[in-house]
Parts: sequence; C-alpha cells; structure tokens
Amino acid sequence: MIAEKTLVAITGAMASAHAMRQINPDVVAAYPITPQTPIMMNFAQFVADGLADTEVVTVESEHSAMSACVGAAAAGARVMTATAANGLALMHEIVYIAASTRLPMVMSIVNRALSGPINIHCDHSDTMAERDSGWIQIFCENAQEVYESTILAMKWAENEKVLLPVMVNQDGFIISHSVENVEILPDDVVKEFVGEHVPHEPLLDVEHPITYGPLDLYDYYFEHKRQQMEAMKEAEKEFPKIAAKLSAITGNEYDFIESYKLDDAEYVIVTLGSSAGTVKYVVDEMRETGKKVGLLKIRVFRPFPGKRIAEALNGKKAVAVLDRSASFGAEAPIYAEVKSALYTIKERPILQSYVYGLGGRDFTPDHAKTAFDRLMKGEFFEGEGYLGLRD
Amino acid sequence: MEKKILEIRWHGRGGQGAKSAAQIVAEASLGAGKFIQAFPEYGAERAGAPMRAFTRISSNKITIHSAIEHPDVVVVIDPTLLSENILEGMKEDSILLVNAVLPPEEVKNKVGFKGKVCTVKATDIALEVIKEGRPNTPILGALAKIVDEISLEDLKKNFKNMFEKKIGTQRVDANIKAMQKGYEEVRVSG
Repeated sequence: MIAEKTLVAITGAMASAHAMRQINPDVVAAYPITPQTPIMMNFAQFVADGLADTEVVTVESEHSAMSACVGAAAAGARVMTATAANGLALMHEIVYIAASTRLPMVMSIVNRALSGPINIHCDHSDTMAERDSGWIQIFCENAQEVYESTILAMKWAENEKVLLPVMVNQDGFIISHSVENVEILPDDVVKEFVGEHVPHEPLLDVEHPITYGPLDLYDYYFEHKRQQMEAMKEAEKEFPKIAAKLSAITGNEYDFIESYKLDDAEYVIVTLGSSAGTVKYVVDEMRETGKKVGLLKIRVFRPFPGKRIAEALNGKKAVAVLDRSASFGAEAPIYAEVKSALYTIKERPILQSYVYGLGGRDFTPDHAKTAFDRLMKGEFFEGEGYLGLRD
Repeated sequence: MEKKILEIRWHGRGGQGAKSAAQIVAEASLGAGKFIQAFPEYGAERAGAPMRAFTRISSNKITIHSAIEHPDVVVVIDPTLLSENILEGMKEDSILLVNAVLPPEEVKNKVGFKGKVCTVKATDIALEVIKEGRPNTPILGALAKIVDEISLEDLKKNFKNMFEKKIGTQRVDANIKAMQKGYEEVRVSG
C-alpha cells in the first residue's frame, strides 16, 4: 500500500538528513566539508532535539571518520556517514577496508571536484576515484531520489547476502543546496522498511569471538577478494527485490537504469546525476518538434548494470555518453563502461564521449541540445568532446 | 500540456536575504500546489559580495537543474548593483523589479532596458515598518503585485509559517505589514 506522504520544500542535503533521522542509525561519525556540511549540521540538530538517538562521533578528520565507522560497524552497529571531495579522498584507504571487511554502512557523498586547483563545486571526480573500492554507488537526479535512495541503500547494504557499504551520491550545490518539492514518508513506515539491524558476526558478541582485519597473505587474500566479487554479484541480484518493496510503499520506480522516452528513440544521451533532469527537459522540447531523442539515466553505477544498458541501447543510431569527470590518459569513466558493455550486442550504436561540468561549470539545456544535434547530424570525432568548455 | 515554468532571478549582496526571498516565494507556491525550485549561486560566500539566487515555479514537475539563463522576472534587492550586467539573458517581455527610490522610467533609462520596469522603495518601507534595513519582505509584496502567478496571501501565510518560531509574532507581523505596503506602493513603468 502506498504510504501517506508529507510534501515539504527542502534541499537535497536536508533530504539526506531526514532519511538519516528516520533510519536512526546507532553511530554516525563524520567530519565537516563543503558542500556536505548541511547534511551533518541538520542531522546533528535532529539528534540534539531528541529526534534520533544516534551516537554522533565528531572526529578530527575524514580518515578517522571512516575508521570510526569501520569500528562501529564491526562491533555490530548500524552506521552512516557523509562526506565530499577531498574528504572522501582522505578516507580512501579505509573506504577499501570497509568494503573488503564486508561492513554494511551508508555514506552520503555530496559530489564536489577534487583539488587541485581547489574548487568547492560539483563534479564526479571524488566518487569516480572510488569506483573500484568495492562500494555500491547510487546516483541521484534530485532531492526526492536522494531521500528514497538513502533509505533503500540502508536495506541493500545490510542484506545478509550482500553486506557491502553503499555510497549515495548527490550533486554538490545543484542538488544539495537547492530547495525542491520532496515527499517524506511517515517515520514508522521508514522504520519498518529498514527493520531492526541484525549484525553479522559482531565483535561485541563475546560468546562468539572472531577476528576482524587480520593479516591475509598469498594463502587466502585471493579467495577473500573472490568472495568480495561474488558479493557484488549478489548485490545485483538482491537489488530488484529490495527496490520492489520500497516501490510498493512510495509508488516510485528504482531500477538500475531509468529509460526516458527511450523505446522509439534513435539518438540517446547516457548520463547520471542532476544533468539527467536537464536532459529530460531537452528531450521533451525536442520531441515537440518530432526529434526521436531519449535519455538513459544510470542510477546504480556499482554494480554496473552493463547488460541492462546494452539491451536498452541495442539498435539505437547514435549515443552520447556524458561524464562529469575525466580519466587522464584514458576514456572517461562512464563512457568506458558503456562502450565495454556494448561490445557483445548485435546492433551497436555509434558512440561519442563528452566531458562536461567539471568544477561546477553549469550544464545547460543548450549543452544537451548540442550533443543531440551533433548525433543527428553525424558529427563524430575521436576522443572526448567537451560541453560548455571555452576554447 | 502547459509546459511553462516561471523563472525569477534575484540579485543582492550576501546577507541581504536574496536567498531567503527566493525560497519564500518558492515555498509559498509549493503551498499552493505548485512544483518549485529555489537555489542560490554560490561563489566565495561573504557578506556584502554580489550574489544571485533563482526561483522556478511550475504546474508540472521541474526536471531542469541549471542556472536560469532567460528569466521572466529579475529582482534587484540592492540598487547599487544596477548595471547592464543585471539585464543578462532578459527577454523583451521580462520584468525588472528594483528596490529603488527612483521612479521606474529613470531606472529604465539608467540600465537601458526596453521592457517593463517596476520600482519600490523597499529599504525605506523596511526601515519605517520593520525598523530594520531588510528590504526583502517589501520586495516580495511588490513581486506579488506584478506577477500573476504569485499570490500575496500565500506569501504572507508562508512567511508566518516559516518565521514565526524563529523571529516571533511581533516581527512576523511587521514583515507582513511591510509586504502589504510593498504590494501597494510598487510603481510600474508606463
């Protein structure tokens, strides 16, 4: 049954904070960094007001924040945190440890360009640097998706077949600081959906002592990594079931990908995050003049839904893949993945890579239109093109 | 399907309440059943620095997530920011609303804008009614007068909801009175 929702005008950061309040984790350890700060500021206020009874651990760095999260999760706590950009980079070492130790937790990432030069605005260089860390990665188009994805992420992370940490990405400022319509579920509905946390082999279970994080050399390390790879495959299998349960409550869909006017489209943009919304706006406009254009939005980037993307793009004439980060000396991350996914299909579309929006450069409807126009005119070139870049 | 989105761009200085004004208008419209967006443009945030904020209002879901390039309405909260730069992206049928003691024709000549120009002595009203130099509530009242999609009653109701706890009934009432006065005293170019 669809739950009765409350309509509010809030930012993406506040949407995260509300999801955290309703999940009511045992431990949140975090360190402030723009543009993540309003998430923790609002959540800490909820805790101070008695609306959540989380142990908020204010640490001296992000490295310590993730370390505290690892410790708390290993002890058996339900754990959440939030960070951005250089904060995530500073966590990097422990981000891998959280995943390889199979510790479920949810981390909100408010995407911001990595230094240098120093920049506080949105791009995806921070999260893309973690794409091989073993975390599940969800990307959100708007504040509503931030809210619902955070709730979904907790359930997904703690699934006994999965037991992996999840990053929920929202675009810095564009979503995190923008006020939009958001429908909030009743507290008890969220509480029931995420359920009681049943820790898997917690350290604090002194009747059954176990060891976390021991030395693991060439005798077993490889087998443990294999288990981690299998866990990601399990995550892919479990996701649709969890998503279906949340859909039943919210009435919204949560597939790995979202197809927007894609069925009969000949020319397609593939993107993720807030730019997907702007592309939808342009698709609507161009459809009015009879152009067969569509959008494929990637919602889950890890595990990468390659097969689903290949099926959706099979037989299309031309596709532009938009990346808000670069991979220096190689193809941009999303482009490289999409191209690889298309290798096995019969009717491969022509592909074009575009990099856009680095360091918060605005992604406008004109940029999306330019990408579509070039696809339709057959203007392709080697390497990546740029949208919104001065010569 | 009605596709039109009302787009408002706000110009002020850090600390003058442009961000809040953008949000108050958006929230009032949300209360009236609309889809909304309100967001500031962040640069180096500091008091006194020129800044912009944006509001979108629509009957349909808003998916676009970029800065507003071709605003229907431009609101200038600080008259010292008046220059040709303010006109960037404005269309002939856009409306320019300025907090100024000057009559609209003079502002029109000063910035060289061909469309409709409105002025309101928002700072004077604020000093007189609220006893503070915060021009954003009288500006909001003026906006309700000149833009059909924005209702003065919704603005008042929403302002009360948003700020009563924060600033108390007395100051809320003063601000609402300032809104009313801005609504009544806005001057429109011929």
